[in-house]
Amino acid sequence: MAKVIVVTSGKGGVGKTTTSAAFATGLALRGYKTVVIDFDVGLRNVDLIMGCERRVVFDFINVINGDAKLHQALIKDKRVENLSILATSQTRDKDALTEDGVRRVIGELGPMFDYIVCDSPAGIERGAHLAMYFADEAIVVANAEVSSVRDADRMIGLLTSKSRKAEQGKPMPQHLLLTRYDAERVERGEMLKVEDVQEILAVPLLGIIPECPSVLQASNIGQPVVMDEKSPAGKAYRESIGRLLGEETEISIPRAGKRGLFGRLLRRTA
Amino acid sequence: MSLMNLFRRSSAGSATAARDRLQILLAHERASINGADFLPQLQREILEVIRKYVQVDDQRVQVKLDSDKNLSVLEVNIELPAVTDRRAAR
Repeated sequence: MAKVIVVTSGKGGVGKTTTSAAFATGLALRGYKTVVIDFDVGLRNVDLIMGCERRVVFDFINVINGDAKLHQALIKDKRVENLSILATSQTRDKDALTEDGVRRVIGELGPMFDYIVCDSPAGIERGAHLAMYFADEAIVVANAEVSSVRDADRMIGLLTSKSRKAEQGKPMPQHLLLTRYDAERVERGEMLKVEDVQEILAVPLLGIIPECPSVLQASNIGQPVVMDEKSPAGKAYRESIGRLLGEETEISIPRAGKRGLFGRLLRRTA
Repeated sequence: MSLMNLFRRSSAGSATAARDRLQILLAHERASINGADFLPQLQREILEVIRKYVQVDDQRVQVKLDSDKNLSVLEVNIELPAVTDRRAAR
């Protein structure tokens, strides 16, 4: 039976979809059968980040409504074996996502996959609630910035009280993933430190993804950044995925280049 | 050098300020969000019971929940009308 992992944050723009795409792809690259589901009904983007936007014929909502079979809506990734995408609909109907529908689809996907990655929309409305409700584990994505940390805190509260596991009185394992981390700004004292965010949120840290131009490049070409061997963000994602699977690797806190352009150039050639 | 220090100190303050503000805010929000479910109802019911005996104004009953790591305090504050006022009103 698949393990259901939700990627959530409360706040928008912190890197949920990038993270969902990276984790789904990374898990599949390690040989796990993985599907990523887009829960952001009306504003779908997982298809775009995964580079399969032109292959969407049927979607999650079609399956929920019984207009399509699950196998018709599942898109198999062309580059990575074991990886599938379940895109969502562009409908503006807020009620398109139903608890029964989501339960049914996740129930049907369960025996087919090892991992189900649920990409949550921003906010705490129905889409976000249903993305996390059936989860076995949660990845809370946050930036080192006040509004993101506050929203992440709110999400952690909801995960521990409103998820199915919580309602059954079971613990809800959560991981904090700090994204868009800018080491130079942290060193200048302009951005919250990892320790600060960790202390405030009190959720175990899964990894730190550095702010990195390769993330935009990856979304430009529709190839999850985790597939970029040279990207520091890709490397950080691969290590985080390892930790999710139980590998005990040390989390390296990104450091800024020593000083100025020269320092950085020297570091790069060294 | 001194100019550099000046610059550092001024910007170093902002991340620290962010941390301090968050710590205060979240301590407050966690308590209010966890208690929000039953507090208004509790306040209404307390008010009803008190009204059986004394006329009090809606605004004169305050219910507050403060939570610490290992201790929660429910503070109920009821302001009764002054005795002299009641006599004057009769």
